[in-house]
Amino acid sequence: MEPAPRQVPGSLEPGQGRTIVESILELRGVSKRFGSFAAVDDLSLAVAPAEFITLLGASGSGKTTTLRMIAGFEALSAGEIWMDGAPIHGLPPYKRDINTVFQNYALFPHMSVWDNVAYGPKMRRVPPAEVTARVGAALEMVHLEQLARRAPRQLSGGQQQRVALARALVNRPKVLLLDEPLGALDLKLRKEMQLELKHLQTQVGITFVYVTHDQEEALTMSTRIALMRAGRIEQLGSPTEIYDRPASRYVADFIGETNLLQGRLREVMAGGAVLDVAGHLLRVRPPAGAVAGQQVWLSVRPEVLHILPEGAASPDTNVIQGTVEEGIYAGAVTKLRLRLADGTTLVLHAAPTGVAALPGQSARVGWPIGRGVCLAG
Amino acid sequence: MNRPGDGLTRVLWAAGIAVFCFIYAPLLVVVLYSVHDSRIIAWPLKLFTFEWYRLLLHDRGMLDAVVQSIKLAVLSVVISLAVGIPGAFLLDRHDFPGKVLYQRFVLLPLILPGIITGVSLLSFFTTIGLRLSSGFPIVPGWPVVLGHGTALISVVVTQVFARLQRLDRFQEEASADLYATPWRTFWRVTLPSIRTAVLGAGLLVFTLSLDEIAVTFFLIGRRNTIPLEIWGRLRLGITPEVNAISTIIFLVSVIVIVIWARLMRDAEGATP
Amino acid sequence: MPGERIVARGSRWDRLRSRQWFRTTAAGVLPVGWVVVFLLVPYALLLVQSLWRLTDTQELVRWPLTLANYQRLFGTALYPQTILFSAGIALRVTLFSLVLAFPLAYLLAFKVKRHKNLMYMAVIIPLWVSYLVRAYAWKIILGQEGILNGLLASLGLIAAPLEFLLYSKWAVIIALTHIYTPFTLMPIYAVLEAIPPNLKEASHDLYAGRLRTFVHVVLPLSLPGVLAGSTFAFVLSMGDFIAPQLLGGNDSALMVSNVVVSLFGVAFNWPLGAAVSVVMLTLVLLLLTAANRLERRFDYRGDTGRPGKTDALGAIVTESRA
Repeated sequence: MEPAPRQVPGSLEPGQGRTIVESILELRGVSKRFGSFAAVDDLSLAVAPAEFITLLGASGSGKTTTLRMIAGFEALSAGEIWMDGAPIHGLPPYKRDINTVFQNYALFPHMSVWDNVAYGPKMRRVPPAEVTARVGAALEMVHLEQLARRAPRQLSGGQQQRVALARALVNRPKVLLLDEPLGALDLKLRKEMQLELKHLQTQVGITFVYVTHDQEEALTMSTRIALMRAGRIEQLGSPTEIYDRPASRYVADFIGETNLLQGRLREVMAGGAVLDVAGHLLRVRPPAGAVAGQQVWLSVRPEVLHILPEGAASPDTNVIQGTVEEGIYAGAVTKLRLRLADGTTLVLHAAPTGVAALPGQSARVGWPIGRGVCLAG
Repeated sequence: MNRPGDGLTRVLWAAGIAVFCFIYAPLLVVVLYSVHDSRIIAWPLKLFTFEWYRLLLHDRGMLDAVVQSIKLAVLSVVISLAVGIPGAFLLDRHDFPGKVLYQRFVLLPLILPGIITGVSLLSFFTTIGLRLSSGFPIVPGWPVVLGHGTALISVVVTQVFARLQRLDRFQEEASADLYATPWRTFWRVTLPSIRTAVLGAGLLVFTLSLDEIAVTFFLIGRRNTIPLEIWGRLRLGITPEVNAISTIIFLVSVIVIVIWARLMRDAEGATP
Repeated sequence: MPGERIVARGSRWDRLRSRQWFRTTAAGVLPVGWVVVFLLVPYALLLVQSLWRLTDTQELVRWPLTLANYQRLFGTALYPQTILFSAGIALRVTLFSLVLAFPLAYLLAFKVKRHKNLMYMAVIIPLWVSYLVRAYAWKIILGQEGILNGLLASLGLIAAPLEFLLYSKWAVIIALTHIYTPFTLMPIYAVLEAIPPNLKEASHDLYAGRLRTFVHVVLPLSLPGVLAGSTFAFVLSMGDFIAPQLLGGNDSALMVSNVVVSLFGVAFNWPLGAAVSVVMLTLVLLLLTAANRLERRFDYRGDTGRPGKTDALGAIVTESRA
């Protein structure tokens, strides 16, 4: 008896709760070993239809290997991959209803743009009239109708990337895999393409599995992020969850900028705990199972910190004192570096109209209690 | 996507191995027959004797041919390096009208049938009055030396050119920045970086010169090189000594090529 | 600092030295000069010689230049026949070499994972080993008392030794195929190696199985290498004169190279020999140019052509790199 497909939270609709749907793609205990090295280690993941899930991680985290196993270019060392209720891990890539957008596009150099895009349908023996229609539509979708007759090497990087996209989408796969497709583009183009891809995905409703090391990209585009580390998923959740409630120090540090303050829990009560950081007593919500005397970390993002004016702070603010070291101008904000009593450095974003603080001065910094996240490790 | 053992892959492996054997079999035949214990070269094979190698040591004609071949090869290396290295630099760093033409032209002796080059050089030397046996006994004849060297220039040019293309240009600029004149930069910075390419090219030229027949046939003066000596004897029928000298050549060539491959591989690792 | 002379102006030599034309000329004097004197002039001389004439009394007539030799060449049936015969043999050698070389090249490029360089070297080494040895080895193999006959006889497959094997054009074809298969393999291997692995994966991703991926992706991309290799094999086979003389028997008289050798030797008619050589040279050059053009057209690498990569002329030396 095959186990039923995992039930999975569907995409978040604004204003609605989560619906539970059947997963379209499921990895069960998937591992990939090269000798004694495990690139992917017992990974399980269920992907909902029409979601945009990103495998995020540093190089070597196993994200690309996982993607290649889904596509069929790597055999599994252990585990199973199921799609739409059927096992696919034994199938060669050309028998899977999955398409890939490669990192270096992998366009066929000896074929025109048109022929590249028409390749998949032709291999599936789609009737010629329909091939023409579909290819035309795909090229229109990526705004490349004019360049149909060109050869790949005559196109810019951004154009090649769109051809690769069209070539995959024309087949209307159940799942589309994208392996760091924007890596070779310059910053401005990359940001444009991020939005375009997101809109495209919502438009065609295909499930996207996206691989990247760029956390900003992941936050922008995904419905869910799987942060990977050493072949395992460190945390799986929506962008908001990952950003606001990181599960570990690694996640907090990887995503966005953060300050990690080390401290010892003085007391742990039902409603909260007291954390001693560099002599300051702060009110925090302790990680599950924490006890007094335990050493924990507090993650506070620079943008929630602000310099406090003279006078008492409001009751739901944690306050810390330090000396301003330097201010680094970064256009929209000025990043202030603060040195605490125990030598730790704090970074905060000071708005131009806020309280001024000059290097050498002592300053009090505060943040709303709820915006700090206490982590065990 | 590796499924070893399935039909298509197995056929491919079988075919590949068969071709590989086809390429090597005749060579092994010669090696085997060089230790074949009979004057008659026929099947079946009778092993095992080193008589033919021993006879070689007393074979005046062959020994003389070896000397001539080595002299010729060494001089070819000198000439081809002397002309080829500047040629490679010229192609790498300068532009001039007819550059592509020159590039192609230099490669002609390698791709054209040797007899064409041989015949034209023969006419040339005859016309300018340089006798085939001139320079003898120091060299096997100036025409054949010049012919070999010229024909093998392109080997040096291509090898050194390929290496030059991969050089870090900034090193030379740094050298100039640190007060070195162009000559000193060349000597202390550029030349060491192309050293293995030069050595490799030299080895190649040496091997190719040893084996050269077509051009040599037309230009050699009074003596013989190893291939010509073998060639002459072959016309009278195969003698076992021929198998012995051929095996020696085979082994020497293999050693030279292996050294050359090592040089190339070490260089690959060194250059960024 | 005291003692250091500061050079404030360049000397005239420095100024001259900085001129581009001077540097190019200085760099080019030796390589270009040498090639002009020892290559260009001889080839040109060959052309001129072909326009001279040998009278019936063996007198060399240098002026006026005449096309008599060419008239004789194309007029007599012998010479065109010879060229066609040689071309026929060369064509067969090329085809067989391709058939043999391609699978091995494919195997090396795609199926050999470990020690790839070593294996490639192993395939290439015979190339550098004496050509003569490899040619006459076939005499041993194909002879009446040779290995092949002996083997067939001891296996009971034949009653009497096969005579047609040696001293026929087939012996020549077999030997030349053996010699030039590695030549053909080199450029093919180089091109196959250069195919980005993603392309095969992309093709699989788009529902093409292994055979269709080969036909639609690998084969078209291997064309420059195939062209280069075939051109090699063909040109070198056409001009070969050792193998025909060793193994060809009576058929050898019909090969172009032997005709040239005899004209410059025994038959002693240098102008005529030069004319035949010029015709051969022209044929070869035309072929090379055509092959190069075709290669260029089918080369989808995108970057500017690097000399020696798929270039028929340069492949031989640069591709033999491990």
